[in-house]
Amino acid sequence: MCLAVPGKIKKIEKDKALVDFGGVLREVSLGLIEKARIGDYVLVHAGFAIGKVEKKSAQETLKLIEELKEVLKEDEK
Amino acid sequence: MRSNSLTSAGTVKETEVFTFMEVCGTHTVAISRWGLRKILRENIRLISGPGCPVCVTSQADIDKTILLARKKNAIITTFGDMLRVPSRLGSLEREKAQGRDIRVVYSPLDALKMAEDNPHKKIVFLGVGFETTSPLIASVILTAKRKKIKNFFVLPLFKLIFPALEFLSKAKDLNIDGFICPGHVSVITGSKPYEVISKKYKKPCVITGFEAEDIIEGIIKLVRQKKKKVSRVEIAYKRAVKSGGNTKAKELIKKVFKVNDSFWRGLGLIKKSGLVLREEFKGFSAEEEFKLREVKSSYELKGCICGEILKGKFKPSDCKLFGKVCTPQKPVGPCMVSSEGACSAYYKYE
Amino acid sequence: MSKLKDNFITLSYGSGGKLTSELIESLRKKFSNKILDELCDSAELNLKEERIAFTTDSFVVKPLFFPGGDIGKLAVCGTVNDLAMKGAVPLYLSLSLIIEEGLSFSVLERVIDSVSFWAKKAKVKIVCGDTKVVGKREADELFINTAGVGVIFSQDIRISSKAKPGDLIIINGPIAEHGLAVLSARQNLGFISKIKSDCKNLNLQVQKCLEVSKKISVLRDPTRGGLATALSEIAESSDLGIEVYEEAIPIKKEVKKMCDILGFDPLYIANEGKFICFVGKKDAYKVKKALGKEARIIGKVVSSHPKKVYLKTILGSARILLPLESEQLPRIC
Repeated sequence: MCLAVPGKIKKIEKDKALVDFGGVLREVSLGLIEKARIGDYVLVHAGFAIGKVEKKSAQETLKLIEELKEVLKEDEK
Repeated sequence: MRSNSLTSAGTVKETEVFTFMEVCGTHTVAISRWGLRKILRENIRLISGPGCPVCVTSQADIDKTILLARKKNAIITTFGDMLRVPSRLGSLEREKAQGRDIRVVYSPLDALKMAEDNPHKKIVFLGVGFETTSPLIASVILTAKRKKIKNFFVLPLFKLIFPALEFLSKAKDLNIDGFICPGHVSVITGSKPYEVISKKYKKPCVITGFEAEDIIEGIIKLVRQKKKKVSRVEIAYKRAVKSGGNTKAKELIKKVFKVNDSFWRGLGLIKKSGLVLREEFKGFSAEEEFKLREVKSSYELKGCICGEILKGKFKPSDCKLFGKVCTPQKPVGPCMVSSEGACSAYYKYE
Repeated sequence: MSKLKDNFITLSYGSGGKLTSELIESLRKKFSNKILDELCDSAELNLKEERIAFTTDSFVVKPLFFPGGDIGKLAVCGTVNDLAMKGAVPLYLSLSLIIEEGLSFSVLERVIDSVSFWAKKAKVKIVCGDTKVVGKREADELFINTAGVGVIFSQDIRISSKAKPGDLIIINGPIAEHGLAVLSARQNLGFISKIKSDCKNLNLQVQKCLEVSKKISVLRDPTRGGLATALSEIAESSDLGIEVYEEAIPIKKEVKKMCDILGFDPLYIANEGKFICFVGKKDAYKVKKALGKEARIIGKVVSSHPKKVYLKTILGSARILLPLESEQLPRIC
């Protein structure tokens, strides 16, 4: 449950932020989190930032898929 | 060192079958969408639990939303999934076709703005969701109170996932080896609430994100725990989830709502698993405003085994109605209506 | 239209009397050509060719104006493209308007100017038409119908709805823009993005493909229901299987993001400036080149799993693609 998407805070005005999701921007409420700063990445759910998030490292995830594929091959031996 | 792989944990033997349940609709959809069941094949059985808030909303509650839609001067605002849920009285989509004012919104803040822009109307927001969503509505209600907005109302249908997890863990006819835990609920709640499940019921719990890789990583951690015969709560979604969760959000929930017993479709009554408005916020209650009487629901969907599917006992394809009488176009039970319901995901992807 | 006295349409403009004539005259001036200017009840078309393509479509889009287009542009491009998907050169369009009383003339003029502009771009003539005015709340501002006539010049062009085994599938550019552009204009979901409708005339692009290859079996523009629905329909009518590769399907970053946020599957979102071309393997690269740098080969037609479409995910697993059951709704869970 709970579609939440990461975005970067571009502007802050009181308890609202302009968040950039990567080509798509929206005003988001900061009412649920503390100490947000410009440049922070936040998870946004239905117009609210619910928490801060670290940027995902693309390299790690690719490695994981490869490892899983190898493990599955080993299963078949 | 390959620390993140099944190889270091030991490979999964051919005879060993692990059954893991996910309790998050977004996980249900992601697993089906990425074809993960086929990749994992027979060693790992993934089953879908009651993770779709629309699916577990009782018939009586859905009837309430329709009765509210029929009230004069009411504008119903809702998340998209609620529109097509069938109940005894029909559905919100059918009510819309008959001219009732029902609008899909992206955020509850949009509903509040609608209240400000339409002072002569009564805006009702359907509060469906788990712990990720209830703090949002708590925040919106507090804002409404601060701004003295008198025409904004909420029908709180929120549920809490942990009582349901405990309910499932206790059940004797269920064979679950561990839980793939919902990443975004956990952003709010943190990891502590899962400890009951891992310690008392000895079920490993891994808090998992939603990309394919996140889910694979979550499953690897669960397998590793089973191999080592331990049961712990682990956060695989470290980039977003902290063990303490979001304190501010948790406080907002407590401030505006109190815990109540709640009826879950397919599971029955689960104690202390729902949220209702506290006394001081009853002014925002849609039920009070529109004097909605207790709705008794005697509507039984014959042949529909949504309940058993939500418990993970059966697969959607085990249901006699699946794909024949019950399709996404003509859903019988909510598991087919919601795009993240187990039956809908199975129908589309498998 | 600026010469008309009123600011907005009233029922009198549909009564068939003087005001109707004035309205029709102002429209005629926008589209003036020899056939239309005859002002008979029917247009006389002198078509020497035997292979005539004929189609019709109605347009009820809300709102009337959206990023990248408007109902007028859609009304031209939609019908022009349907003719092009048969391998025809579009020549003539009819234009029928059903107008709700109260619609302002400035809005109507904007739409008509758009129709005129895009018709000229497609090199088609508006040769006949009709206007009706209905009461308040009986038409939701404006509905448009266009019917189109085109000619298939070459005997080598044999486009049907049946693909051939081994055909490769090419798309001319990224998907899912139109549906999102219209939705964000209609619903005011609060998002700011550069997403614009991809609505455009496809006849010239199609002609380029037909010039380089005689092995094109199917052309289809994936409008309502998106790419997945179009592929399903073709698999069904061909009684063959289709395999497409998720990695190969072009989609802009911001479109994908918007879909992620709203919980939409881009494969089911409408396009209005895209088409898929099923062509024999030997000519596939020629056709892809002719379509420009945004074109991609996204899949192939196979004999296995007839009538079914499978999508190979980035992970290597395959999932079935079904036609759209009902309109996608923004969800949060």
